[in-house]
Amino acid sequence: MNAFAIETDPAPSDQTVIVERDLLLSVDNVSLAFGGVKAITDISFNIEKGEIRAIIGPNGAGKTSMLNVINGFYHPQEGTITWQGKVRRKMKPYEAASQGIARTFQNVALFTGMTTLDNIMSGRSLKMHRNFFWQLLWRGPAEREEIEHRRKVEDIIDFLEIQAIRKTPVGKLPYGLQKRVELGRALAMEPELLLLDEPMAGMNLEEKEDMSRFILDVNREFGTTIALIEHDMGVVMDLSDRVVVLDYGKKIADGPPEEVQASQDVIDAYLGVSH
Amino acid sequence: MFYREAGQFKTSYQADQALFPILQDRIGMVVILAIAFVAIPLLANDFFLTSIMIPFLIFALAAIGLNILTGFCGQLSLGTGAFMGVGAYAAYKLTSIFPDANIILMVLLSGVFSAAIGAVFGLPSLRIKGLYLAVTTLAAQFFLEWCFIRIPWLYNYNASGAIEVPRREVFGLVASGAEATPIVRYFIVLGITVLITWLMANVLRGRIGRSWMMIRDMDIAAELMGIRPLRTKLMAFAVSSYICGVAGAMMVFFWLNAAEPSSYSIRLSFQILFMVILGGLGSLGGAFLGAAFIWILPVALKFVPGLLGMDIAAETVEHATFMTVGALIIFFLIVEPHGFARLWQIAKQKLRVWPFPY
Repeated sequence: MNAFAIETDPAPSDQTVIVERDLLLSVDNVSLAFGGVKAITDISFNIEKGEIRAIIGPNGAGKTSMLNVINGFYHPQEGTITWQGKVRRKMKPYEAASQGIARTFQNVALFTGMTTLDNIMSGRSLKMHRNFFWQLLWRGPAEREEIEHRRKVEDIIDFLEIQAIRKTPVGKLPYGLQKRVELGRALAMEPELLLLDEPMAGMNLEEKEDMSRFILDVNREFGTTIALIEHDMGVVMDLSDRVVVLDYGKKIADGPPEEVQASQDVIDAYLGVSH
Repeated sequence: MFYREAGQFKTSYQADQALFPILQDRIGMVVILAIAFVAIPLLANDFFLTSIMIPFLIFALAAIGLNILTGFCGQLSLGTGAFMGVGAYAAYKLTSIFPDANIILMVLLSGVFSAAIGAVFGLPSLRIKGLYLAVTTLAAQFFLEWCFIRIPWLYNYNASGAIEVPRREVFGLVASGAEATPIVRYFIVLGITVLITWLMANVLRGRIGRSWMMIRDMDIAAELMGIRPLRTKLMAFAVSSYICGVAGAMMVFFWLNAAEPSSYSIRLSFQILFMVILGGLGSLGGAFLGAAFIWILPVALKFVPGLLGMDIAAETVEHATFMTVGALIIFFLIVEPHGFARLWQIAKQKLRVWPFPY
């Protein structure tokens, strides 16, 4: 071995590093129909651990249906879903929740009669176990458990900067804050996979920037895998690692943002094409 | 000004999660309990205890039971009267089978039977909601009432078809039956009502209470957060029916002395439902306010003409009372559809900022 060889020996960092990530979720040949209406036709894609995966497409493309399939709200007629290496056919939403899939909704689905604090605490439900009789007494184990989870929830409240509205009933909050509380509620579940259904719909620029920051922070600091549906292309292209594009229930593109942006099919789907 | 929490800092989550985090509330609660446990027993006569306080507390407890189900878990029920009846008949059978057992224990145990029956009739709630669920609970009401009439075993084959409360003693004091003194009955009813209210306040601020409210506010989101809808709803039905059952048992043992199936008719169900709606859905305090309005106000109104020195026939007073109460119900619902509990919230806010308007 001579000195030259050492110098010219290509270090692995010289090349573009392709991060090998484990598959978290894989959707294979899934089809979903409501009677004659085909919402999803033969779609396959996967979500890798730690990435931000965007699902985009024009209205009615089947994006929300796809999320509903993933968290067990709809049961596809065909195809399989592999979650953390295990194939599952049919699953109830609460089972999906207990396996670490959390989500937010396109139309805010908060518990309107409860305070911000209670809403986020409700995300801890699966992690709290004291039974009815301890709850009756409150003093002792039930109270200790409540405080333990309250600490975690307060961390989330700090993270999302919503300390001031802790005790406000969420029905009274403006829309942007409701979206933020809903994100907090999903985060309280400490999910493996966080599904965000249009987290920025109806927000102004500033609120969108805040929300983008939170999404990136969640992904980087907690390492949470995120799948998001969004119509703001600027946001999607900046945030996501990979994008899957649906149109009329079919997958028309899948790949890194730049690649998807350049795809003729995607441009046609969004702009329309003369036949 | 009068109700300002400024300066009351919390340094622990424990203090922040207390039932009454604000000092004024704590003082208020101590005053109310002192009146209930000391002042009323010392000052009240037998009529006041028997005709006002005892039924008021029993109805308040039943209203809390229904409030758990309708106000906190969002499941409308019209079977309250029947579930109270189950408690009454269960307590009667229990004390017939075990005459030497403590009657308070038997009353508390009787709720278990109505809890079981309530859970069975709660099964349709997985599929149906709102008014449709109310119809299935209405079926429970009619079915159970039929049982109270047609199954003679329930009333020990009594010729009258009614249950008559036997004499039972608790710690050497006559607690039930015709000889029981109002003061002993009052303390038993008050004790049970306060105890159950406190236990429920605990449940409602914890995980289980939250899971009920999650189902009430957005059942789909609740399910996606890991709440099992059936289990949660059935639990609400069971807990609600337990409380109603205990209230129903207290109704016959510590108030009426005897009861027939018609005591637990649909009329009673509606009466409790009105208390809950007027008091405020989803509020424990509201249950007491609603019960006070529906039960105490008519009794009090009957004395108004006498106090004013008007000489009016008893029937006229009766009718006037009906009309006044009905008009007041409509008036209060227009002023505040969310019931007295919300009115109290608004009043608190006004007291807080007084003398400024906001």
